[in-house]
Amino acid sequence: MSETPTKVVVNCTTGVTEVIPLTAQEIADMETARVAAEDQRAAAEADAAVVAAAKESANAKLAALGLTAEEIAALTK
Amino acid sequence: MATYTLISSTTVGSGGSSSIDFTNIPQTYTDLKVIYSARAASGTTLDVYVRFNSSTTGYSRKLLYGTGSSALSLGDSGNLYITAMAAANYTASTFSNGEFYIPNYISSNNKSVSGFVVTENNATLSYIFDAAGLWSNTSAITSISIIPDGVNFAQYSSFYLYGISNA
Repeated sequence: MSETPTKVVVNCTTGVTEVIPLTAQEIADMETARVAAEDQRAAAEADAAVVAAAKESANAKLAALGLTAEEIAALTK
Repeated sequence: MATYTLISSTTVGSGGSSSIDFTNIPQTYTDLKVIYSARAASGTTLDVYVRFNSSTTGYSRKLLYGTGSSALSLGDSGNLYITAMAAANYTASTFSNGEFYIPNYISSNNKSVSGFVVTENNATLSYIFDAAGLWSNTSAITSISIIPDGVNFAQYSSFYLYGISNA
């Protein structure tokens, strides 16, 4: 970002809206939060992918045992 | 019958905004409700959190969410992520549509909050969040900050704060 980030402050009593530049500390906090948020989301989606893969593997093993798709679906409901 | 009164609203300008702060909220209503439409100006995050009275502590949440292919849930503490925005890599000019509700915001009890939001994206991946949150603090809520996680809200993101009276 080339421009200084800003925040919008709406005073609900006066009705005045201000656009205020962030301090250096607020900018640093914002970057830290951005990195943490993207890491957290990536981890959550990786966890979901592991669960989906395990489910698919389990279904394949059940099918190999001779269960029909309807029987497998009934087990997982 | 509940009466909704628009307290304040704002729409983000061309420079974007790193947060929306509603301050000096009148202490004259029963409940508060924020309705918003939001998009990130950059990055891939869609996370948005809320702070009350600029406090950084005392928050926890339970979240049910869908990704377009999976249904998931989680519970955690830290920032109060009960809202979301369309990520900047989602279909151009799409926004999230959401709201969160704060009952009894001037009471001397801990504050509960519930949130619901959907993102919009012309792809399989798009989110729906249904969240319950708690701020373990007995202070009356006088300000609400809505903060996109580490990025700016994009231009035209808009936020409306309503006061709700029970008569």
